Amino acid sequence: MRALWTIFRRDLTLLLLGAPGRGGALLPLLFFLAVAMLYPFAVGPDARLLARTGAGVIWVAALLAAILPLDRLIEPDLEAGFFDQWALRGIAEEGVIAFRIVAHWLSFGVPLMLAAPLAAGLLNLDGAQLWTVEVGLLLGTPGLAAIGVTIAALTAGLRAGAALGGLLAIPLTVPLLIFGAGSLQPGGEGGLLLLAASSLAALAIAPFAAAGAIRAGRE
Amino acid sequence: MQPARLAAYDLACRRGDRLLFRGVGFELHQGDALQLAGPNGIGKSSLMRILAGLLRPYTGHVEHEGALALADERPALDAHRPLGEALAFWRGIDRAGEARADFGLEDLLDVPVRYLSTGQRKRAALARLAASGARIWLLDEPLNGLDTHWGASAQAAIEAHRALGGIAVIASHQPLQLQRLKTLALLEHLP
Repeated sequence: MRALWTIFRRDLTLLLLGAPGRGGALLPLLFFLAVAMLYPFAVGPDARLLARTGAGVIWVAALLAAILPLDRLIEPDLEAGFFDQWALRGIAEEGVIAFRIVAHWLSFGVPLMLAAPLAAGLLNLDGAQLWTVEVGLLLGTPGLAAIGVTIAALTAGLRAGAALGGLLAIPLTVPLLIFGAGSLQPGGEGGLLLLAASSLAALAIAPFAAAGAIRAGRE
Repeated sequence: MQPARLAAYDLACRRGDRLLFRGVGFELHQGDALQLAGPNGIGKSSLMRILAGLLRPYTGHVEHEGALALADERPALDAHRPLGEALAFWRGIDRAGEARADFGLEDLLDVPVRYLSTGQRKRAALARLAASGARIWLLDEPLNGLDTHWGASAQAAIEAHRALGGIAVIASHQPLQLQRLKTLALLEHLP
């Protein structure tokens, strides 16, 4: 447990602040805001249209921002031999992955939630919609983090793993997108519950799937 | 101090559809050192990873008493961090106290790992291994990139580790100046 805590502190520092070739938490955040900013330019400044579609755009932007850091979640550590060294010390991959999901969520989910009000302003969402978006992000981003880390583990070490990871992540994250954006429709509150359920399912499976992928990659 | 032991029974290794070696077996007790010898591609590194438990052998099994430590071509040190911090990360995980061996890294502790030369990186990896407190050292080409002076120091560190009851397994194509060194020629275990 103490070792996992040491690893978690390193994960968090790396994912938040980044390192040369690893980029920190800022990049997905700026990407998220850039999408929210571009959308009104693309569809025009019709306030009603923006208010009706804006929340969905926030969800698409959040999903794409989650895909952005995939190639640096697992690959650099696998490449440098960290996972082998942890395995030698009897530190289970499942534990490392579980903590890495938390670190990844803290470094992209929380910043997205902080940036959502700004994006809501750009897209002319009202207070109630923003509130639903925030609750949705709180419930959905852990699932996005779990799926992201799993995909990163599966594609680590592959050539063009980054592009492949993005492609693999999109279908897996579609349920989160549907329930997240659906919760914003009138009478769509049930979407939040389904969102939470999908998130929990992803969180429950991810550590084992990702750890299995890392072990299989050694063969 | 608990006894250290590393034993391999009838190991075979398959990579892809090719059998690399078979019938590899040995038993090492405290103070023993074993050199894995053989030309490139014969499976020295694969055998090393099997001993470390990172690769499943095709047949046979490995038993060990005492913790294992591995130093291979990947140093597992954060490239962007100063060497001192990168080593401190592993000290924080291993909690084994100060390393006994000295690899002349004092002047390099402020230097980011990515600026280190091949030999300096190798010394850093050996220092990480020595500081792990593990009883069984698995060294994959430990002398690669080291000059004569540091090559001798590395071997002295291995001897000191053995004197304290440790075990060392060394994959190397270079001659080693170690006392009572056992040799395992993988050429004799071709399928």
